[in-house]
Amino acid sequence: MTPHSKAGSALDAARAAGRTALVGYLPAGYPTIDESVEAAVQLGRNGADVIEIGLPYTDPVMDGPVIQDATTVALRNGFHTRDVFEVVHRITERTDAAVVVMTYWNLVDRMGVDEFARRLAEAGGAGLVTPDLVPEEAAEWFEASDRHGLDRVFLTAPSSSDERVALTVRSSRGFVYGVSVMGVTGARDQVSSAAESVVARAKAAGAEHVCVGLGISRPEHVAEVGRYADGAIVGTALVKALRDGGPDAVGALARELATGTAREA
Amino acid sequence: MSSQPSIEFEGPFQGQSGPYFGRFGGQWMPESLMGALQQVTETYEAAREDPDFVEELRGLYRDYVNRPSLLTEAPRFAADSPGVRVFLKREDLNHTGSHKINNVIGQALLARRMGKTRLIAETGAGQHGVATATAAALFGMECTVYMGEEDTRRQALNVARMQMLGAEVIPVTVGARTLKDAINEALRDWVASVDTTHYLLGTVTGPHPFPAMVRWFHSVIGEEARQQVLEQTGRLPAAVAACVGGGSNAMGLFHGFMDDPEVELYGFEAGGDGVETGRHAASITLGRTGVLHGARTYLMQDEDGQTIDSHSISAGLDYPAVGPEHAFLHDTGRATYEPVTDAECMDALLRLTRTEGIMPAIESAHALAGALRLARRWADDGLVGQDTPEGQERIIIVSLSGRGDKDVATAAAWFGLGEAEEEKDPLEEMDPGVEQ
Repeated sequence: MTPHSKAGSALDAARAAGRTALVGYLPAGYPTIDESVEAAVQLGRNGADVIEIGLPYTDPVMDGPVIQDATTVALRNGFHTRDVFEVVHRITERTDAAVVVMTYWNLVDRMGVDEFARRLAEAGGAGLVTPDLVPEEAAEWFEASDRHGLDRVFLTAPSSSDERVALTVRSSRGFVYGVSVMGVTGARDQVSSAAESVVARAKAAGAEHVCVGLGISRPEHVAEVGRYADGAIVGTALVKALRDGGPDAVGALARELATGTAREA
Repeated sequence: MSSQPSIEFEGPFQGQSGPYFGRFGGQWMPESLMGALQQVTETYEAAREDPDFVEELRGLYRDYVNRPSLLTEAPRFAADSPGVRVFLKREDLNHTGSHKINNVIGQALLARRMGKTRLIAETGAGQHGVATATAAALFGMECTVYMGEEDTRRQALNVARMQMLGAEVIPVTVGARTLKDAINEALRDWVASVDTTHYLLGTVTGPHPFPAMVRWFHSVIGEEARQQVLEQTGRLPAAVAACVGGGSNAMGLFHGFMDDPEVELYGFEAGGDGVETGRHAASITLGRTGVLHGARTYLMQDEDGQTIDSHSISAGLDYPAVGPEHAFLHDTGRATYEPVTDAECMDALLRLTRTEGIMPAIESAHALAGALRLARRWADDGLVGQDTPEGQERIIIVSLSGRGDKDVATAAAWFGLGEAEEEKDPLEEMDPGVEQ
């Protein structure tokens, strides 16, 4: 039996309400644990359907300078992997958004995949986004995510072959993360023209939900992505808002981004 | 502290093609790079079966790199180790001064086959960056080299060499600012530039096919050494020794002897200030497995899985992980890995310089120190001694992976040299075993 998907349900609810889902990323523990919780709650209460909580890591190869700097600060302030469960728990207590954790794989590997999954599920987390784990290396994660009823969000990229798109779609639960551009995280002026084809290929391979990330920072980007994707993922812009204006600025930006989620009837 | 061999493997050890070496290796990479990795894998696998490719590679090794490299006996270096003969595999005599060029020429040829016009590389000591910049000049390609800011200071001379060769050198100012951070930046570049660019990874780490492919390009070291030692002495060595950071020169040398069970394989890791201090780069000795830069292997990490900054006087060994095939050789017990401290390695560096007139890279000096340790151990165990008959002398081949020119400033600071007016030679007190 396929476990219930929290992230999938959140995306379905947005679709039913005639909206593009808004997925917002913030790093756990930045600048402190309390402020990261507060910022995520603001995000959830001001329009985010899914909250992606980044687990700080020393070697984040898919992240640009803004998120690198933030996660470095979190680590310097003494953030530990186990703290992410508290962060997730506190957010899910105060918002209705589905909370997924984005993590580089060694942190999960070190704790033990099943142990990590068990504790994430207990904390109310929906699942994991895994930027450096491909399905070929994910046998343990398949087992643990099934056992604990968690979503598995794998990434698909403009460079992925049709065969790989199919593998990613088959392996994912909740949604597929469509990488809009060949590059790392960071705000860009325009949404890459490659994004639409990334989504179309994943849909053609049978994906139920595809959200697009990388380079999305403004309401008009969200609106544009909403023409073909189920959700728009915003990261760097929110981290900048938190850095410069604290949790309230995150709430304000979320409200602004949410204006891009309305769909034409 | 050191983990023990834990699995049984009958062999053969030679020619394992990946992606896995036992439980190690794999492709722990962002999806965005999987297409590029597949292209590299297919191009590499086709090329090694293609006689034209192999002929072109061998031709460049012979006419450009200066292969075969010599196997030089070092009798004065071994003078305090009766019954032991030390031979040096002279990768320091290769063009650009280290073994790195073997892999670089090979991968640059593959890049050309793939239609790539730009090479990017990480570098620690600068040897791999210099070799990559050299190949880019030779093949008319663009070149960008990422180097930790800390290392650009330690190896300023090599920065200038790369720039002379036309490469752009980008100092990496994030993280610990050393080799691992240079790899992160190179990966970030590659994700965004993969259509035109080949990431010329410099060691036997990273995702498949790099560990197997880089080993293949370096296997010439061990193949030559095996043939040369047989020609010069009529028998196989008792042991071969090499330094291990990522472990490319070691893997190249080991590969020639992998299935000669009578030949012991020794890898010497950077023990820094001593493994007990925490300031070192001895990943296997520390014994924690995990995933870094695309491979499951031994790596230096804390209880959470965060990478720990490594420390070594040698920029080239200052890497917190090790190639997955080394991790496998350790697990099977086929190879033995031990740490060598900064102090031990600098003593050995000085000894070779003063006894043989060969100034090794600090990286290679770790292997020299290890060889001296082995010779002492053999003497203690009664395996060799003053009256060992010639036919029973034990032979060690040491990979002299690079020359020491780049390290003169570091060595001068270590030994307190460079003051011409200094009256007393501090070296005389340093190592009474060295004949003046």
